[in-house]
Amino acid sequence: MKPASGAGVLRVVVDLNRCQGYAQCCYAAPDAFAIRGHEILFYDPAPPAERRGAIERALQACPVRAISLQAGPDDGDAP
Amino acid sequence: MSDDALFAAVMDPANRADPYPLYARLRERPVSRQRDGSYVVSTHAAIRSLLFDPRLSSEDLPPPRRPRTGNPLKDLILNPIKNRISATHRPFIFRDPPDHDRLRSLVMREFSIARVQALRPRIAQEVDALIDACRGRGEVCLVSDLSYPLPVTVICELLGVPRADEPRFQAWATQLATAVEPDARHDDATRRQIVGAFDEIAAYMGDLIREKRRRPTDDMLSGLAAPGPGGRKQMSDFDLLSTAVLLLVAGHETTVNLITNAMLTLLRHPEELERLRADPERAPRLIEEVLRYEPPVHFRTRKALGTITVAGETIPKGAPVILLFAAANRDPSRFQAPDRFDPDRGDIEHFGFGGGLHYCVGAPLARIEAEIALVALSRRLVAPRLAVDPPPYRPGASLRGPEELRIGIDGTA
Amino acid sequence: MTPEPAGIVVVGASLAGLRGAEALRRGGYDGPLTLVGAEPYRPYDRPPLSKHVLAGELAADATRLPELTDLRARWRLGSPAVSLDRASRTLRLGDGSVLAYEALLITTGAEARPWPAETGGGLAGIFTLRGRDDAAALREALVARPRQVLIVGGGLIGCEAASCLRDLGLPVTLVDPNPAPLARGLGGFVGGVIAGCLRDSGAMFRPGTMVRAFEGDAAGHVARARLADGSTIETNLVIAALGATRATGWLRGAGLRADAGGVTCDAACRVLAADGTPCPDIYAAGDVARWPIALYGHRLIAVEHWGNAIEQAAHAARNLLAGPGDQRPYTHLPAFWSSQFGVNIKLVGLPEGADSVAVVQGSRASRRFLAVYGRAGRSIAAVSFDQARWLPAYAEAITAGAPFPPINDATDRPRIETSAPGFPSLRTAPAHPAAETVHV
Repeated sequence: MKPASGAGVLRVVVDLNRCQGYAQCCYAAPDAFAIRGHEILFYDPAPPAERRGAIERALQACPVRAISLQAGPDDGDAP
Repeated sequence: MSDDALFAAVMDPANRADPYPLYARLRERPVSRQRDGSYVVSTHAAIRSLLFDPRLSSEDLPPPRRPRTGNPLKDLILNPIKNRISATHRPFIFRDPPDHDRLRSLVMREFSIARVQALRPRIAQEVDALIDACRGRGEVCLVSDLSYPLPVTVICELLGVPRADEPRFQAWATQLATAVEPDARHDDATRRQIVGAFDEIAAYMGDLIREKRRRPTDDMLSGLAAPGPGGRKQMSDFDLLSTAVLLLVAGHETTVNLITNAMLTLLRHPEELERLRADPERAPRLIEEVLRYEPPVHFRTRKALGTITVAGETIPKGAPVILLFAAANRDPSRFQAPDRFDPDRGDIEHFGFGGGLHYCVGAPLARIEAEIALVALSRRLVAPRLAVDPPPYRPGASLRGPEELRIGIDGTA
Repeated sequence: MTPEPAGIVVVGASLAGLRGAEALRRGGYDGPLTLVGAEPYRPYDRPPLSKHVLAGELAADATRLPELTDLRARWRLGSPAVSLDRASRTLRLGDGSVLAYEALLITTGAEARPWPAETGGGLAGIFTLRGRDDAAALREALVARPRQVLIVGGGLIGCEAASCLRDLGLPVTLVDPNPAPLARGLGGFVGGVIAGCLRDSGAMFRPGTMVRAFEGDAAGHVARARLADGSTIETNLVIAALGATRATGWLRGAGLRADAGGVTCDAACRVLAADGTPCPDIYAAGDVARWPIALYGHRLIAVEHWGNAIEQAAHAARNLLAGPGDQRPYTHLPAFWSSQFGVNIKLVGLPEGADSVAVVQGSRASRRFLAVYGRAGRSIAAVSFDQARWLPAYAEAITAGAPFPPINDATDRPRIETSAPGFPSLRTAPAHPAAETVHV
């Protein structure tokens, strides 16, 4: 099971309406994105911070720009 | 120049270095009928719409014909059979669903994430070796020193083609790549050369495939040639041959343009080269912007299977349709300041690898090669500058890129 | 108690609330911004809950949404809004506190329809699936390997859950009053494909009947379901997938057009007062908002889709910041996705009310196809089963009001098969809990 969000974790969401299953993210960041069956994208919404470079590659490589990654820290207010 | 002659001007080698003003004029009509009856589509919205339109066929090329030989056995029996085979077993980029989907998915299975990832260290090693070989020189030619040999080595390794054999089919590959250029289809002599090159390269590949079947190795060709479930062939021998030739040619003729165009653009924007040097993590966004700004493939041709209305224009059934990706990439109604090279633009939804069903199979590999090459070049070429600008271009208008790119350097680091 | 400074208050801290707040900041709003959320969590993504969280691939708390703009917001989480007083421009929260607002963006979303208490709703072992806590509780119950799971309702959530549970090897029965799953959303013609998937997965599918009541054991845990046809099903875990009601209870008495079907807006996303005039300072977006969709004859529809939450929230935020003379109508082509039984299902448009459906590419038998819905000769929606690459062409055709079917002469040139879509008629639809929703 993937770890919960917390310190040292990135936040990712993919717009699966936009996603066309090009699978470019899977090549760029295979630990965080995978295609199942013909075109179902499974991704890790909370990858560890050390994968940031790979996630950034995936985001850039997406032909339909469906991947969002939180760029900065939270605006502070807990929780 | 009249509007219906604009694409002929695009094809003119004199406009190779800067076709963008022509593209801007073409975009004034998103779908522009040309004198030869073809329809050029040049805006982002219209191309996006057509890329997903199932009425646009990729089986657009007329079946290639072998030239007459005077030998009745060949002219009356063998070559007509070969012609029919070439027409029905085209490479999958010239095929439609469902055949296209079946062949492509078999290729994708072999073009696995693990296999592509495993090439990273090999690519880095090869890039370093190629730059090492430039030591002590005051000038390099990027095309012959790096951006041609690198992808060729990589595709040979991936497919399992002995690198030492490469000089044998280099000329054939170049010849075959002209098959995507529209003027090639009008010109009988060129068509014959294409067929001839295909027959030569197919003979070579046929031998190699037989060898892979006898002694399989860990590469794509062995994987594609291996029996599928139930011991049956995954694809017919003819399809396997055309697929193998396609992958080899595509590996030869496209990534070279991506790397060369990227370096040319960076040398024209030295501040970006400097930023990359300081921060290699900029490479991915930089490559996407190159794919928008100076894409390796400028257009692809399709055929309308029905009457299609797009952007208020009607394309009649049977008409050739030219999807001018490179013009859409600079469409001001889609991109802010499209003629500015700006890797930090948030929105780079480009057609640098095409789109839809035929989205470039090799895109992930091209990205890796370009990233490793550009980062290494930015760090290892000392004080690089363009020796000639614009550089001379290769003849292709679709597969467009410099013939050579001479870069003055103060040595290598 | 000193009143907190007013500003814009976003009520509802899920996807629509978050993206609406971000759009306000991106639109240049620099004043106080407060987000009110009923749950004690920062905004999180719901679609994975009924898929990867149930399957155990993701923890229930792993789907927190990326925050894409520096919000500089005050978060009031864990306490829902309970009432609205438009005269004093204040709202009251569950913890008793009062918030003043200058403008309000309502994004309270929807709530899972619970199983009624009088027919066994209070029994242990009956779950709904909407929020993170629901998913965590259900996952925990699944880990204990229930003997027999009963899913009530063959909508998207019910089918996704059935798919996950079969992957986990759990015995599953799915009961739905219609002849096929997804029949209310996609019609029986397309839903029949999912019926095949359900059966192939090893699930028991019981169409055309419904659960009347649940009965418990001595410990108050659910033990069996009594069906309308007189039969019973032994079960020790129930998922009630009965659709959702819009979270509008807190607006009772506020003088707004709001009920369990949503809060009614004009085309610009402004909430309508009881007399039908738009409130200039109250907007709504997402699952809770019901607005006239031009493409579908200005019918008032609430669209419970992920994509609508984002787009409508951004649009409402834009109009909220614009002057009264610059209120733009919200135009949107509804779209959703679902993955179940290894198939990627995507829909564009609203198939409801279609009089015909045509498979334009692929085939139902291969479970890879694209089908278009038509009404009175126009194309109104399209659904794709593992053929998403073509969907944008059909989305364009639907937006343009193209004839039905919109595209002939496709590359794989299938024989175009036209059928009745097979929507259950309202007459035969049961009065009680069958509300089909298309949230994912």
